[in-house]
Amino acid sequence: MKALSIRHLEKTYQNGTRALKGVDLDVEEGDFFALLGPNGAGKSTTIGIIAGLVNKSAGNVSIFGHDIDSQTDAAKSCLGLVPQEFNFNQFEPVIEILANQGGYYGIPRKLAYERAEQYLRQLELWDKRHVMARELSGGMKRRLMIARALIHRPRLLILDEPTAGVDIEIRRSMWTFLRKINDEGTTIILTTHYLEEAESLCKNIAIIDHGCTIENTSMRKLLNQLNIETFVLYLDDHVEQLPDCIEGCDLRIIDNNTLEVDISKSNSINQVFEILSAKNINVLSMRNKSNRLEQLFMHLVDKNRNNIELMQTLEQASNANSIAE
Amino acid sequence: MTFNQKFNAFKTIVIKEYMRFIRIWIQTVIPPAITTALYFVIFGELIGSQISDINGYSYMDYIVPGLILMAVITNAYGNVVSSFYSAKFQKSIEELLVSPVPNYLIISGYVSGGVARGLVVGFVVTLVAMFFSDFHVHNIFVALAVFVLTAVLFSLAGFINAVYAKSFDDITIIPTFVLTPLTYLGGIFYSIEMLPEFWQKVSLLNPILYMINSFRYGLLGITDTDLISAFAIIILFIIGLFCFAIFLLNRGTGIKQ
Repeated sequence: MKALSIRHLEKTYQNGTRALKGVDLDVEEGDFFALLGPNGAGKSTTIGIIAGLVNKSAGNVSIFGHDIDSQTDAAKSCLGLVPQEFNFNQFEPVIEILANQGGYYGIPRKLAYERAEQYLRQLELWDKRHVMARELSGGMKRRLMIARALIHRPRLLILDEPTAGVDIEIRRSMWTFLRKINDEGTTIILTTHYLEEAESLCKNIAIIDHGCTIENTSMRKLLNQLNIETFVLYLDDHVEQLPDCIEGCDLRIIDNNTLEVDISKSNSINQVFEILSAKNINVLSMRNKSNRLEQLFMHLVDKNRNNIELMQTLEQASNANSIAE
Repeated sequence: MTFNQKFNAFKTIVIKEYMRFIRIWIQTVIPPAITTALYFVIFGELIGSQISDINGYSYMDYIVPGLILMAVITNAYGNVVSSFYSAKFQKSIEELLVSPVPNYLIISGYVSGGVARGLVVGFVVTLVAMFFSDFHVHNIFVALAVFVLTAVLFSLAGFINAVYAKSFDDITIIPTFVLTPLTYLGGIFYSIEMLPEFWQKVSLLNPILYMINSFRYGLLGITDTDLISAFAIIILFIIGLFCFAIFLLNRGTGIKQ
């Protein structure tokens, strides 16, 4: 079953800005889905429409088969949202924020408090339950919003940049928590600018740019599009001259103890090690130069922009011709 | 949502709204009591002692109903306008918008919060009034009905103000330039019979005049306006404002892009 289905979604704001120009998206039940795109691409508008915070201009959205226009209650009951900006009452105690949110979904107060305790403990906020929300740190506020979004046990959880501004330790504990609830059956849609986060967590991915879906596939298929990977090799001794390399590998010196190698998918990195060993060059350690998804993301977004620019140029030329005729 | 779920959602909004103004009772409950006590001292004791009886009641007794209802009006309005606008400002209104709570329950919840504050403040002001005057009750049912219906009406008005408000200035403009003048000119401190005929007719256009006079009837048994007309006006305003508030929420005015 589809957890989320979006067809021809369009949004034009009152100032004339076309934020969405026909987004199509499908997310299967149980998926951990990445929704990526540069700033201003339309991700938050899409999420706003799904959650009922933004009025759409055209198109259809359904959550677990419930249309958001005709079966609003059922659709909303299936959805939990962790927005990008803090959107809770800063002057309310943490536990009351959760209990109230549970109440809005019709959960009896006693049960809402029980669930609040459960999620606050899991997200390490139980000690802060009576603290005013404004007194929490940024990371705690993000975790509070996750707990709040889960209080009614949604089948679909949408997280809009949940780890923005969060230190790596908390980020990793949030990843563990999100993996756990995904394993337990909650479908998760994640937007993030930390692409290693998306690569590490998500099974499927969509990329939105200029209000259109430019990619919607599995993470594995997307990463397979990469033909070249770059590795940084750290050596135990100085190297002054590069050994001759094989075809499909491009080796270069970064500094006396560091080499960089671009290696195509058809080649094995073992071949590079063999060449270096033959020259008595020992590799102490190595790492990927950049995140693979980041490379692809930039490539796809650049390609889309070039296409848009090309279309605009062609359109202008066509208009100029019409005027000349 | 089932009936029970809707009831839980409504109860949650009411509890939240009640706790909001009770948590800051020094800012919400005490100031009206002090202001009213000052009115009693200045207008009742000092100036009122120089004024003859009105319709058989001392001036102090005559102004009690108006002062109680004025506190109800300003607090019911102020509670909803500040609470709903704060929720918009902090974006915590999104907590309600993403949930399946129907719009009529959102409005009813906020209005109940305004009515609760109106009742609490009205009760405190009544206690102050009892200290300064001979407190009378002519018809408790009329008094209570006007008391509650007026709080409902001005809570709804505060809600609509908050929906349209784009800044904190916008939530003070209506109370300052519309509500306060209409309340003061609504016969709190005088009977419209004291006015020239032309101004008596102009005063009849002021809906607050009907509320204050019918409440005065409930407490003292005297009124400048017809009781049935007063209830009809209050109920028509409530229905009109409620429908308009529903229309605004359904449209997403001021809360959705």
